[in-house]
Amino acid sequence: MSGHESTYKPNSAFERWLDTRLPIIRFANDTMINFPTPKNLNYWYIFGAILAVCLAIQIITGVILAMHYEASVDGAFASVERIMRDVPYGWLLRYIHANGASMFFLAVYIHMFRGLYYGSYKAPREVLWIIGCVIYLLMMATAFLGYMLPWGQMSYHGSNVITGLFGAIPLVGESIQTWLMGGPSIGNQTLQRFFSLHYLLPFMIAGAVVLHVWALHVPGNTNPTGVEVKEVEKDTVPFHPYYTVKDAFGIVIFLIMFAVFVFYAPGVLGHADNYIEANALVTPAHIVPEWYLLPFYAILRAITFDLGPIDAKLLGVIFMFAAIAVLFVLPWLDTSKVKSMRYRPVARQFFFGFVVVCFLLGWCGAANPDDAVIPALQGDPSLVVSYTVEGAPATASYKGGEEAFEQAKAFMASLPAGANPSLSAVPAPTFAFRHLSLILTFLYFGYFVALFFIGLTEKPKALPESIHKSVLKRKSKDTGNAVPAE
Amino acid sequence: MTTETHAEAVDEDRRNFIHIATGSVALGGAAMFAWTLVDQWNPAADTRAASALDVDVSKVPLGGEIRILIGGKPFFVRHRTPAEISAAESVNISILPDPESDEARLRPKGDGTLNKAILVTSGSCTHLGCVPVGPSQGNTGDYGGWYCPCHGSHYDTSGRIRKGPAPKNLPVPNYRWVSDSVVNISL
Repeated sequence: MSGHESTYKPNSAFERWLDTRLPIIRFANDTMINFPTPKNLNYWYIFGAILAVCLAIQIITGVILAMHYEASVDGAFASVERIMRDVPYGWLLRYIHANGASMFFLAVYIHMFRGLYYGSYKAPREVLWIIGCVIYLLMMATAFLGYMLPWGQMSYHGSNVITGLFGAIPLVGESIQTWLMGGPSIGNQTLQRFFSLHYLLPFMIAGAVVLHVWALHVPGNTNPTGVEVKEVEKDTVPFHPYYTVKDAFGIVIFLIMFAVFVFYAPGVLGHADNYIEANALVTPAHIVPEWYLLPFYAILRAITFDLGPIDAKLLGVIFMFAAIAVLFVLPWLDTSKVKSMRYRPVARQFFFGFVVVCFLLGWCGAANPDDAVIPALQGDPSLVVSYTVEGAPATASYKGGEEAFEQAKAFMASLPAGANPSLSAVPAPTFAFRHLSLILTFLYFGYFVALFFIGLTEKPKALPESIHKSVLKRKSKDTGNAVPAE
Repeated sequence: MTTETHAEAVDEDRRNFIHIATGSVALGGAAMFAWTLVDQWNPAADTRAASALDVDVSKVPLGGEIRILIGGKPFFVRHRTPAEISAAESVNISILPDPESDEARLRPKGDGTLNKAILVTSGSCTHLGCVPVGPSQGNTGDYGGWYCPCHGSHYDTSGRIRKGPAPKNLPVPNYRWVSDSVVNISL
């Protein structure tokens, strides 16, 4: 907490000399060594440190990869292959960088869900939360820009879809899209500007992280009880060694999992299509973003109906951006004064529902919108003969197995010339992913609306008096001992 | 100068004026510079110059098509057979999802006549921008034109949408006949 007094004592003549000129050692001491931190932080609180490591890994490997990468439509794909085959340890650096993006998002999602569960976004930490949302936005932008650089099929056509989103904006959309692409379509100029920005944004993330940590150190950490620190002596421990060691342990476990991906399944989170060089004339059958953007992709595609003057495409884009924007205003949507879900029996159930909704949205984002959610429940497809009678279209459908095909064929043969009949298999109507996506989209936004109303009516459980009392109570429950007298 | 005159010299209005004037000049300069920073992302002169192309249509085989990229955007130039032309012309327009006559989708030559054999259309599906397959890929869909494999849109021999999720016909690009065998297509 910024209010706490500095405990730094310069020991040597040099430290005293430096302290009056640039008190950098004092700053490090007060923020990373002696910073008073609630003593009850659990393992959900280690992801801030893990994210710092992720950012460092991405910047280091990225800067090195940029030394071997060529940002041009003729050379990009080949230069990435050269990194994989010819550059010493290039394969390792690229696999760390590519999987590092996924690990980064995995950590940030756990970090965000932790914040949602323990109410880390509430007063006095609204600015801290908003800066976190800005970092998340910058991360998504960086990931999207970086995914284009290998110039594979998914890079090219994925970028087409995303820049196309801006084309959905009325009146100015097309101009914005042309401006983003720097031409009528994605080309060399687009690749070069995306590369430049992909290099720039991580440093903007690093800048935002400095603000994030600053905003954290003014009110101090939240903790699983959501009760603020009352007595620094009793409620907190110094950051070092208590949390440096705890974070370091978490980082080691995280890096082991990271290494499993890098060494044993480096391609499992990517798409095979991206190892085919970009070709504007061939579209991959199934364009999907990386896993960490799938829930938003599902929301984008969930809207298939027009709403008044707003067409479906624009509405999908609006909902997708709203899904992120709603996080920014969350501190004012949640009306409950109680921070931790531990003491909010109703909201807690909704939170777990929200987590499930996010996972299901990710599942929908990866699926073909027209496929059946449960294929076993879908009936047999029917054979439909389309033909024209005196210029008007007509259809006849046949159900069943082989005999249906015979009947359809016989019917087609019986039609007069000029009826132009054609035969197609039409899947039986079913509960498809686009229906599920739509329901989940409303549930996603419903969570934030629910928080507003639950906060007004919910009766929270009794909060502990202070952090240290809650710790002692838990301890006594574990061991069966009585709470020591104060 | 004495300290007395120093204390008297502060004129708030004068200072405000200087602050606002200085700020305005700085802001104006910053805004003008920002304009260059924004505008440099717009299509460059060489990119714009590459946005038109002369295509020799006499090389397109009968019943076949050529696919060209102009500024990275795909276009189809199809040499239609008489049967394909009559199929395109005989359709009852009122039943089409995006009603348009075949004639309206052609551009007159210099002498005002139509070359019905040559059809020029955009090569991106109006659904989600995939590139449909056609005669060169051996699949022309249910209506003999093009078929989009992404979500199953069928186009007829005039490039009009007949079946599937695409809302519009394949757009006819901005093109003109330079001579009897050359068209100039521009974006």
